[in-house]
Amino acid sequence: MSAAPVLIIAPLLLFAFISILAGLWRTSLAYISAVVGGTLSLAAAVFGLFQVLTEGKLSYHLGGWPPPLGIEYVLDPLSAFMALIIVFVGLVVIVYPPKAGLYQVPQRAVPLHGMIMLLLAGLIGVVVTGDLFNLFVFLEIYSLSSYALIAIGGKHALVASFRYLMLGTVAGSFYLLGIGFIYFATGSLNMADVARLLPSLYASPAIIAAVALIFIGIGIKMALFPLHIWLPDAHSYAPSIIAAILASVQIEVAAYVLIRMLLSVFQLDYLRLQLPVMATVGWCGAAGIIFGSVMAIAQRDFKRMLAYSTIAQIGYIGVGIGLANPLGIIGALLHILNHAFMKGCLFLVAGGIRHETGLREIPWFVGLGRRMPLMMGAFAVAALSMVGIPPTAGFFSKWYLVRGSIEGGNWAFAVIIVASSLLTAVYFFRVIEKVFANPPPTSSTGTVQKCEPPPRILVPILILAVGVLVLGLSNAVIVTRVLEQVVAPLFSIAGGR
Amino acid sequence: MLEEFLGRYSYFMIAVLMTIGIYGMLAKRNLIKKLIGMNILQTAIFLFFIEGGGKLGATVPVIDPQLGNDPAKYINPLPHVLMLTGIVVGISLTAVALAFLINISRTFHSLDEDCILKEMSK
Repeated sequence: MSAAPVLIIAPLLLFAFISILAGLWRTSLAYISAVVGGTLSLAAAVFGLFQVLTEGKLSYHLGGWPPPLGIEYVLDPLSAFMALIIVFVGLVVIVYPPKAGLYQVPQRAVPLHGMIMLLLAGLIGVVVTGDLFNLFVFLEIYSLSSYALIAIGGKHALVASFRYLMLGTVAGSFYLLGIGFIYFATGSLNMADVARLLPSLYASPAIIAAVALIFIGIGIKMALFPLHIWLPDAHSYAPSIIAAILASVQIEVAAYVLIRMLLSVFQLDYLRLQLPVMATVGWCGAAGIIFGSVMAIAQRDFKRMLAYSTIAQIGYIGVGIGLANPLGIIGALLHILNHAFMKGCLFLVAGGIRHETGLREIPWFVGLGRRMPLMMGAFAVAALSMVGIPPTAGFFSKWYLVRGSIEGGNWAFAVIIVASSLLTAVYFFRVIEKVFANPPPTSSTGTVQKCEPPPRILVPILILAVGVLVLGLSNAVIVTRVLEQVVAPLFSIAGGR
Repeated sequence: MLEEFLGRYSYFMIAVLMTIGIYGMLAKRNLIKKLIGMNILQTAIFLFFIEGGGKLGATVPVIDPQLGNDPAKYINPLPHVLMLTGIVVGISLTAVALAFLINISRTFHSLDEDCILKEMSK
């Protein structure tokens, strides 16, 4: 038994309250305490990942009750990997000043950091819990915080958030009902225990209904293609800093739940051969790639374009999961990591542009490249990575996905992934052309007006942009040291490869 | 057929409740009615768990010396405890949704979906 899994959540939950209380007294204290909490949690996550990679799975029994009766928190390579991404991106977003992120309503900054901490705690909780019902509770904790955070964005965001709340609740209820079927069939809620008890019940209609309900519920939370309708409004009306955290880690956590169901609860062959779940996820992902990319081309608003692009990127992750072979899962996980950095960077750039110039729509971005060279340089790196140009990170995850689909004999997916890179190039080069190729509008004196944002805005953006390059160059290390350990247990149980 | 229905009629009622809830959320144009539909859906799921934890001829799960340790004589308390958590989650969701609705009606002076969409596209 090791306390590492709990140590990642505990500082976040504790400082969520400290941040709100301190913020009532002095606004700046809310920010400082959130940064302190995030740093402690990041330290615990880094430590946890190293410990997991050297010692193997760590488990913590909540309240001293041993599983399957008690609730178990598990840190295995997959959850340690996800936890580190969540805390790192979360901390970068917390450092980003709320004044720029909340362009619309700066006076509401006080509870903001507390809510972000609560959102991160919910996300980490989903990742580390080993109990199906506990997962539902954390799912709702992070959903509730994100509804509240989206609604900060103004009157349009209010309606978007209400719609997201409705759909998100249906998703949560479906998941809960699925858990109910599993519980009444097996009598257990612990993931490892359920996985042990399920194989004899695979033919039961109750389990088939549970699979369908859980996958629909998680599909809505993840915004997998036909279930994505809440996403464009919610992400484009939300404040940039919130959109960054939602697009880069929140929906990926739902993708994690899908992989976790595949890895720890159901067996791969059941979802691949007996029920066509994996094929459905793969094809929904492929349809989402095309739909998201085409819709992104049609958008004028920069943030709305990024929101549709998120649907396409979630499609890549869906394709990787749907392939259900080692390379596909590695590609999906690597894409979760890369997308967290790229999309986080792009949304923070959107917030920075809005803060410095007040611009939102792409046609007005002319000549920004010369007015704010550093920030637009970071934007270019992230955009090239979205398109998938080496040596940026985005290339390598697509590379693994294409290799996975060729190995799985699924040529259609390989074609869709490559073709969608072209579509992505269309909508990002459109922006890059406006930003860099067109000369900026000159003022009456004939000089170009510089408006590089202050370091507090610039540093988080540059950290993420440099991260995109570093991840691209070090992808071999990440894959061999971490991701192969993540994927190994899945395929040793399934007996494939 | 009839026997099967009578033996499990509560589950059929739960399915009917769920359908009513989802219908309310999809078909009603008033946002308050959508929220009520959401509550009905959640309640149906709570009832599903409560019904599943019940047992005919069993008593509360506190060990009674006269009944002994036979698990068949006590109902399963776990689903009920889970639903206490579920109800807390449901109340929080309803509270947040109502807070949104108050703000929406203040901003748009309406709770009708069509009116709000018309106002938003202006």
